Order: sequence, then C-alpha cells, then structure tokens
Amino acid sequence: MTARALVPAVVVLACALPLVASDYRLFQLTMVLVYAIALLGLNILTGFNGQISLGHGAFYAIGAYTAAIAMEHAGLPYWATIPLAGLVCGVAGFLFGLPALRLEGLYLALATFALALAMPQLLKYKHFEEWTGGVQGLVLLKPDAPFGLPLSADQWLYFFTLAIALVLFAIAWNLLRGRIGRAIVAIRDHPIAAQAMGIDTSLFKSLTFGVSALFTGVAGALGAIAVQFVAPDSFTIFLSIIFLVGSVIGGVASIQGALWGAFFIQFVPNLADQISKAAPWAIYGLAMIAFVYLMPTGVAGGITLLRTRLATPRRDRAEAQLRRRST
Amino acid sequence: MNAGIASLAGVVMLSLAAGAAWAQKKYDPGATDTTIKIGQTMPYSGPASAYGTIGRAEAAYFAMINDQGGINGRKIEFISIDDGYSPPKAVEGARRLVEQDQVLFLFGPLGTPSNTAIQKYMNAKKVPQLFVATGASKWNDPKRFPWTMGWQPNYHTEGMIYAQHILKTKPDAKIGILYQNDDFGKDYVSGVREALGDKAGSMIVSEVSYEVTDPTVDSQVVSLQASGADVFINVTTPKFAAQAIRKAYDIGWKPVQYLTNVSVGVASVMQPAGPEKGIGIISSAYLMEPTDPGWYDTQAMKDWRAWMQKYYPEGNIEDNTNVYGYTVAQTVVQVLRQAGDDLTRENIMKQAASLKDFVPTTIIPGIKINTSPTDYAPIESVQLTRFDGKSWVRFGDVMGDVSK
Repeated sequence: MTARALVPAVVVLACALPLVASDYRLFQLTMVLVYAIALLGLNILTGFNGQISLGHGAFYAIGAYTAAIAMEHAGLPYWATIPLAGLVCGVAGFLFGLPALRLEGLYLALATFALALAMPQLLKYKHFEEWTGGVQGLVLLKPDAPFGLPLSADQWLYFFTLAIALVLFAIAWNLLRGRIGRAIVAIRDHPIAAQAMGIDTSLFKSLTFGVSALFTGVAGALGAIAVQFVAPDSFTIFLSIIFLVGSVIGGVASIQGALWGAFFIQFVPNLADQISKAAPWAIYGLAMIAFVYLMPTGVAGGITLLRTRLATPRRDRAEAQLRRRST
Repeated sequence: MNAGIASLAGVVMLSLAAGAAWAQKKYDPGATDTTIKIGQTMPYSGPASAYGTIGRAEAAYFAMINDQGGINGRKIEFISIDDGYSPPKAVEGARRLVEQDQVLFLFGPLGTPSNTAIQKYMNAKKVPQLFVATGASKWNDPKRFPWTMGWQPNYHTEGMIYAQHILKTKPDAKIGILYQNDDFGKDYVSGVREALGDKAGSMIVSEVSYEVTDPTVDSQVVSLQASGADVFINVTTPKFAAQAIRKAYDIGWKPVQYLTNVSVGVASVMQPAGPEKGIGIISSAYLMEPTDPGWYDTQAMKDWRAWMQKYYPEGNIEDNTNVYGYTVAQTVVQVLRQAGDDLTRENIMKQAASLKDFVPTTIIPGIKINTSPTDYAPIESVQLTRFDGKSWVRFGDVMGDVSK
C-alpha cells in the first residue's frame, strides 16, 4: 500500500468528519487545515529549497490582513479575498526573496526573523491605522453556507477550507515532482551543480520564495475568516517560530509532513495546558524534544521508516535505507 | 375530538404544574443542583504570562469558597485554559468552554485583544463575558454588547479623575500630556479632555505621543517643557515612565506630575527613575497594596495572607495581581449569591448589572461597586496617592467618575 493509495481514503474521511464532529471540533480542524497550508508553504521553501525562514508568520499576517481589509473596507466577499491574499503575498514573497537571495542559510534566517519582528509594529503604524484598525484590529463576519445548504457556518467553513487545502496540496505535489521540483531540490542539495546544469538559481529561489509566501498568505486569509478577527497581537514572532517547529516536527521536506505539523501546533499546546497550568511551555518543550528524538526526520519520515520496517525483511532494510538516502 | 381537547388541556396543565414546581430553580448549561461551571481564558504562556497568576489566584479563591460549602450549596467548577495571549487561541478557548465544556459563563478573560476577538461570539451566543481583565473603556457598552462587562476602573475614568483633581487644585494649569500611541493612551487622553470640558482647549498646551517601539521619550519630554506646561500627565508604560520621570528631573522641569496607575511599580519604575526624582508624583490606587504598611495589619490583608498561605502557597505574597484575582473573584461570587437558584445566563447578566454598593474586602475603603443595566463599569473610583521617595502614600478622599 503506497502513500498515494491512501490519499482518497483520507479525503473521504475528511469529508465525512462534519457528520460526527461538533462545531467546535470542526473549528479546530479548520485551523489544522489552515496551519497545514501555511506549513506546506514553509516546507516548499525550507524543506525542498533549503532556504530557512523564521518569518513566515509575517506572510501569514499579510494574508490575514489582506483578507480582513478587503472584506472590511472594500466590501469584497470572503471567497474573493483568498486569491487576492495569495497574490499579494506571492508578490511580497517574490520581492522579499530578490534581495534575500544574497543571503545564505543563517543570514537569510535572520533577515526573515527581522521581518517577523517588525510585522506587528508595522500593523500598528499610525498611518496604516485607518486600514488596519491599529492595535484594536478588525472584527470580521463569519460567512454562512451559500445556496441555502443545510450546513452550519462552521461546517461550511470547514468544507471551504478543505477544498482549498486539497487544491493547494495537489498543486504542491505536482509542482514538486516535476522538472521545477527537481530544480528546486537541486538548488538545495548542490547550488553550484544546479547552476552548471543550467538552472537559473536566483530566479528559482525568488520564485520559490514567492510560491511559499503565496501558500502561507492563503492560509492567513483563511485563518482570519475562521477566527473572525485580526490584530497585531495575533501575529507575533512566536507564530513564525511555531510554524518552523510544526514544519520540523511534521517533516520538513515532505508534503504530508505539513499536515502532521499542523496537528502538532494545533493540539499540543492544548494538551500541555491540560497537564500543567504552571509550566505549559515546559511540557510543550518536552513534547518537542520527544518528537525530535523519536522521529528525527519528522512524523512523515517516521511513518516511512516504520512502514519499511514492517514491509521489508531485515536483510533488505540496509539496502532500502541506502536508497532512501540517495533520494 | 373532545378527548383530544381534554388530553391537550391535561398536557397544558401538567406542564404548567411542572413549570410552577421548577420556578424556583432555573438552569442554563453549566448549572446544576450541585455545581456551577465557570470558564476562562488566561495567558499562562506567551508574552503576557506574568498575568497568569491572576487565573491561579481566582482558582484558589474558588477552592476556598468550595471548602466553605460553595454558593447556595453549589460547588464552583472553574475551567481556566491557556490562550498564550493569542487572539486566535482565545477564540478557540472560548468556543471550547461554551460549546464543549458547556460553562454557564466566562469570567475574567484577560487582555484587550483576546477579549475583542471573542466579544462578538459571546454576544451572539448570549453567554456572559463577565468582568474582563482589561482597562479599556469599550467594555462599558451595554447597548451594543449587553453580554460583556468590565471590572477595573478604566483608563478613561482614571484620566477624568486626574483632570478633575487638576481643576480643583490648579484651575489655571497649563497641561502637557505624554501618551503611548495606542488604545491605552488614547482612552486616557479622551478621559482628561472630557473632564476638562470646554477648558480642554485652553488648558492643554501640549499633547505628544510616542510609539512603543521608540527607544526613548527624551525628546518628547523636552518639547513638553518647552511648551511651558506646569502640569505633566504621564500616560506611559513602565519603561517609558521611568525615562520620562528621570528626564524631566534632569532638565530641571518641575511641573506637578500625574502618573498612570499602570506604571506605579516601585521596583519597575520608581527605582530605575531614581526615587528622589519621583518625589511628589501623583497617581491612584483602588486595591490594597500587599506591600503598603498602612494595610498590612488590617483584617482584610491578614485574611488575604492566610488565604495565600493555605490555597496559593506558590504565589508571590508581594504581588498585587494576586490581590486583584482575590478581589474580582469576590465580585463574581457576589453575583452568584444574588442569582440564587435562577442560574440562567440572562439572570447572571442581570445580577451582574445590579450590584449595589458591593464592597470586596480588599478594596480601598470608600470604594463601592455599583452597576446598572446602563452602567457596565463596576469600579469607577480610585484614591489618589503621592510618592514620598519610598512608597505611595494615599491622600484625600476616594474620587469617582465625574460623569455621574
């Protein structure tokens, strides 16, 4: 049974969930999907292209505010804000990627970190206040199900988010397994060799940054609609760091890893809070260490490893492991 | 046909009888004969986690109430969950509490952004969002948000009280205001302006703001001095408050100074500024300070310390936020006592909006909690204090909102 064969089963399961889950659970699952899209964007950049970003919370914020401002001030319907947020963030990411190209590894991480640090304060900036609502933020209306569908607002938003998530995951999958995907990975593995093979590394890196920001921006817009509120305090530096945590825990160079990471960042803080009110972050930290220790290649990597263990006899394992390393 | 009518009448009578029997006890989700379930979101982690002690103190207070037999025989089940000071997490938390845990109401969620994020939801669901832990003035808006109520004196009121004091003691004052450019600063300035009324234009000679991101407020203080102001209202958060006090002293500016109650920390503001530079500054208080020797031997503070030792021994005995938690919890217990056996959300809100001269033990004597269907601001009075180089000394009478 390959991972691909599981996809339809997972999709059917996801579609059936609203039949059994309460509105509150659906809201949580909607947030899982939102985070999964954001992490997918980060995985494309960090996992596949090897550029470390500590600033994806900033693109998430731009997406969220684009949606909020478009709904609040321009009167756009919620669904129309999704492509708009993607476009704005894609362009912003591409432009940010251009100068950032000169920065490698840790230096890029610091540049993106600076962006994430600055974002909440930019959103409070008094000349933008008319649009952003300043520290007060903007309160949004929750969309009801259209065409008189017999769905609650939460059910509808879940399906809406699920549909967008499926489309974006399919796009990412198609993008990464083809020529472009190979070029993106080649730049990560050996930039000089990639250039020698005729890959325009600077263009590809900027484009990857743009695509990554686009995904995260769409997630931000969906998140804003689900939460019905945006404020600078929703997008602090913690958000960016938590995205990176989710990405690494889920499996950084993996598409399904984004989903696992999203489950982690949505549910582990709640779990930590239930275990201890005195030190929820200590519990959170322990969970992180446990995951990294037990599954050093992320949950996605851990699952692959487990499957090969179960499926292949001992003597084939070394060979399989070798094969995996070479891909 | 007749039989039909007869049976229908029977059903009606039965249900009427049942209604009469149950008239004494009415419950919404979260209330039973033995328990009252209350929810809360609180930043136990994240950038504002220092405030988490409020939630723990409130839980400790309810533990004491339960040990004493509860309220009208019902135990309080208090579910306080972490929101990390993140509005999306607060929305998730509020939804969990209302939809999953089925609490009767939310009590004391902390933070202006988090409460703004859940306000619409709580009001749409008609679940009380009671005694929110923030000083913004927008919680007193019963027309638009009848299910949301504040508790502490808001910044607007505090600004009015200082302006009132200026009018009384120095009617020809030339006022300079330094304020933080956000809802906190703006609420405050609007309060000062409202209390000054027509005189605001002539009395306020300078109003300068700063951003939380600014490194210092030195240039703002210099420009305030240059405006010729002889009264300085300092609406700043602790770091900037210390800077402003020091700078004013160093450049030889000697106005009458008013300092927001947000920044009265002796260790966090007055010491860094230089205690001798802050002598004479006026501020305000509404709760008993655990470190104030004037309160130390009162029965209220003795009880408070005994309670801290028994129910919250890991808490800081010098931290006045633990007095805050203790006092606001007394207020909600009063609301529940008043509600009696009618534990519907509507009645909780009705009782919260009909507190009459309620006096929690640890509030400064003379301050009373009063609310009405059109007044959702429970505490509206403070007592002025003056810094003597070591601690804040109370003076004068308790001062209330002049708008009443």
